[in-house]
Amino acid sequence: MTELPLIGEAIAVAAEPRLAGARIGVVTFPGTLDDRDAARAVRLAGGTPVPLWHADTTLGDVDAVVIPGGFSYGDYLRAGAIARFAPLMSEIIKAATGTASSNPLPVLGICNGFQILTESHLLPGSMIKNDHLKFMCRDQVLRVENSNTAWTLDYEAGQEITVPLKNQDGQYIADEKVLDALEAEGRVVFRYVGFNPNGSRRDIAGISNAAGNVVGLMPHPEHAVEVGFGPQSLDGIGGTDTDGLGFFTSVLNKIVGGNK
Amino acid sequence: MTETNSVVEPVETSSKKFNIDTVENAAKTPDTDLPWAELGLKQNEFDEVVKVLGRRPTGAELAMYSVMWSEHCSYKSSKNHLRQFGDKVTEEMKKDMLVGIGENAGVTNLGDGWAVTFKIESHNSPSFVEPYQGAATGIGGIVRDIISMGARPVAVMDPLRFGAIDHPDTARVMHGAVAGIGGYGNSLGLPNIGGEMVFDSVYQGNPLVNALAVGVMRHEDIRLANASGKGNRVVLFGARTGGDGIGGASVLASESFDDTKPSKRPAVQVGDPFAEKVLIECCLELFKGSLVEGIQDLGAAGISCATSELASNGDGGMEVELTSVLLRDPTLTPGEILMSESQERMMAVVTPENVAAFEAVMDKWAVEYSWLGEVTDTGRLIITWDGVVIVDVDPRTVAHDGPVYDRPYARPSWQDSVQADSFTGSVQDTARPSAPAELAAAVTELVASPNMCSKAWITNQYDRYVGGNTALAFPDDAGVVRVDEETGLGVALATDANGRYTYLDPYHGAQLALAEAYRNVATSGAVPMAVSDCLNFGSPEDPDVMWQLAEAIRGLSDACMVLGIPVTGGNVSLYNQTGTTPIHPSPVVAVLGKLDDVARRTPSGWREDGQAIYLLGTTAAELDGSEWANMRGHLGGLPPKVDLATERELGEILINASRDGMVDSAHDLSEGGLAAALVESALRYGVGARIALQDVLDRDGVDLFTALFSESQGRAIVGVPRSEEVRFKDMCTARGFAHTRIGVVDAASGNLEIKGVDTMSLAALREAHEATLPKYFG
Repeated sequence: MTELPLIGEAIAVAAEPRLAGARIGVVTFPGTLDDRDAARAVRLAGGTPVPLWHADTTLGDVDAVVIPGGFSYGDYLRAGAIARFAPLMSEIIKAATGTASSNPLPVLGICNGFQILTESHLLPGSMIKNDHLKFMCRDQVLRVENSNTAWTLDYEAGQEITVPLKNQDGQYIADEKVLDALEAEGRVVFRYVGFNPNGSRRDIAGISNAAGNVVGLMPHPEHAVEVGFGPQSLDGIGGTDTDGLGFFTSVLNKIVGGNK
Repeated sequence: MTETNSVVEPVETSSKKFNIDTVENAAKTPDTDLPWAELGLKQNEFDEVVKVLGRRPTGAELAMYSVMWSEHCSYKSSKNHLRQFGDKVTEEMKKDMLVGIGENAGVTNLGDGWAVTFKIESHNSPSFVEPYQGAATGIGGIVRDIISMGARPVAVMDPLRFGAIDHPDTARVMHGAVAGIGGYGNSLGLPNIGGEMVFDSVYQGNPLVNALAVGVMRHEDIRLANASGKGNRVVLFGARTGGDGIGGASVLASESFDDTKPSKRPAVQVGDPFAEKVLIECCLELFKGSLVEGIQDLGAAGISCATSELASNGDGGMEVELTSVLLRDPTLTPGEILMSESQERMMAVVTPENVAAFEAVMDKWAVEYSWLGEVTDTGRLIITWDGVVIVDVDPRTVAHDGPVYDRPYARPSWQDSVQADSFTGSVQDTARPSAPAELAAAVTELVASPNMCSKAWITNQYDRYVGGNTALAFPDDAGVVRVDEETGLGVALATDANGRYTYLDPYHGAQLALAEAYRNVATSGAVPMAVSDCLNFGSPEDPDVMWQLAEAIRGLSDACMVLGIPVTGGNVSLYNQTGTTPIHPSPVVAVLGKLDDVARRTPSGWREDGQAIYLLGTTAAELDGSEWANMRGHLGGLPPKVDLATERELGEILINASRDGMVDSAHDLSEGGLAAALVESALRYGVGARIALQDVLDRDGVDLFTALFSESQGRAIVGVPRSEEVRFKDMCTARGFAHTRIGVVDAASGNLEIKGVDTMSLAALREAHEATLPKYFG
């Protein structure tokens, strides 16, 4: 595996001995953009990020996987449609569906990663172009609807968080039956609050699989992990810079067995 | 002119049936008519080519010289003036310059082993013809310039100038250009951290779409565009070469026997951002492994430019086999291949030992490549087509020894009458607002006007977060990105231009653009270090325009000396006109600054209740060329006075205050004056203030309207924590810099209250500020 050329060295983070042993894989496809950000988020949360390459045929010894945002293969076909067939995705699908063990791999798909997860059928539904047809970048308020997934344990149900949202194809759609089932089973994990930025059905921003180990969402928690580099609201005094950190601490705590 | 090769002997090649005009043929057939005029060469230029070669050029050579000697590539009209940027340089300015003007982009030392490279370029005319692709490939081209230096691109910015906001064609250009910048830039993973937006009918048929990119690298990673080392291999990699962007080369199409090839070719190149993103990562991996000796991106003039520049900057020789170029369109002729401006391509020089490692990187990223030839020490650039020589030139004559013109210029006959026509007292200046209600209405009208309204409609289509290093972006004064995650070292960037000021006085107008960009960078707390400029002007063959260009360059280079920051690169864009009317002279100036720790950057908005608001600098009655005069349909008089010593002093105050924690917010005063700055600082975080300007009025002898709308330079407003007020005032006093406490931040009221002006609610101001672009563009 080739190490990605990074700007500068890894950010100096106070060691978190309790969590440092937890290894979170971050997948890079050609066209992936937010892989460095996802790796930084893992580090800031106290874990150890492990770069994974799309052509790899093994997951190594990672304890969880983040599929970050971007435009894999340019998204010239359907977003995520080509990435889904990468060799590494077969491994992720196997590990996430728990056929290999009783302890299925936690997987988080962000933006393009969410699209790849629906294309992989790890999550139901699909994303189409935003209803207003434009790319949109904004600071988005989300409500955490389910705090029992691998990636939301450190949040309270009903908690509102602000994280950046940026996408072109972010409109979540599924048929009514699927939507009803998602609601009934508590698998709507995040909902847009105040403003639906893309026309997603039932204001859905993120969902999980039935087991709760696989979560996908369009907004970007990895861009809200560091003071001074996160959302700085136009409508009020900041203070939401690090609302996204909980995703990563949730899974790290779960891995080391320290969740509430 | 008749067809190119009417009397040329056909040469059958094994791979393609082309009628190839070889060097041998050219020597034998001196009297062949060539379409040099159609390719844009003048008679004297063609004669010069013949003189340089000692024979007539082949079709392929003609293609190369015509594109490389074009205004766009050779700077033939501006070169004599641009020299001033290299000549007027002090020791202070050289101190941190690692690579100066002339390379793909200049490189500045950031300290700690870091270097930064940045450059601004135009993509104006393609963006009018096909706004989406024109703007998209503008980003692509400037980003490849940055990669060529060995740097990782870390951010982009885009200053935009469109026609009148209500003209039916403006929406076409605006939608396309913004979507193109977003579509391409967002796919590269580069945050878009700022820019400009101006509407003016002078840009109706000629929008200005400029693009800036900035990249960072370790000192040891700096790469230059040269081909050295005899026997080193030359490789072309990235996208395949197609028929896009050929334009003029179509007159050479008669080289082809068959008439089955596509008859119409897009003059505008088509971008593939995915290919570019992969190219970025792949190049960085090449640099990391030290696998390339020299590298050059392919932009204007494609392979012609890359081969001649690499060869002439290195040992001076190169041999290239053109049939090795991977093609998207197999019907392309040699001349077309040489001129093609297909995007997302790079050329590199690789030692034989590194060939295998180079190929491994290509394979990893699934990037196509082909080995074209090798570096020689013959001093000749030799290009063959299936082994037959079709180009045999001294590469310097192509890349560097193009024609240079001393175009005649003279102060326009109309300049005096324009300067005499001051806004004050003009017909348009009747009914100047003075009553509290009128002033409130005027402020609201100002912040809703096309040039002063919120640009969020545009910037919300750009990703400002990707990379996780964006510390400031629109709507703050400068964009700030972190370079080193451990130390917080970072850079700040701002671009500015004011076509109206420059129209009124090109020398001082250009200086005002520099002063504003400098001020914006200092406002963020960064120390200004370097300048890149994009000089957008009309036709250099018009003596009036040529005078504007000469004056602007003279003004800019003089001002750089006073401010102590060098021009490290840039671009000149000429022939910008709507019909026969030239655009306002629009030198867009980008200033780059350095922050030791981006955590100390100063945002533009107020936050803390009770903080004191100070106005730095003095206000004179300077409304000529202002946004207010523009809103009233007046353009005349003299632009605001430039005082570069004051700008430098103000810059030092803002930088020191930021470094020592004496200010929590700062916003520069420029277009729209104090009125615009107050509203923007309030709307940034939705926090109001109570303002009283009596002290300013008394000291400066101006009325309230003038205090609010004048565009006097060298001013900024800052928010000072109570605990720092004494220290801040002492610093200003010690430096003898005018400073006045004009109010306090009021977090609870939800209003902007200015004494003598009806109270304005932030909600209403925001509504007015943000409604304008959606109203026109949906």
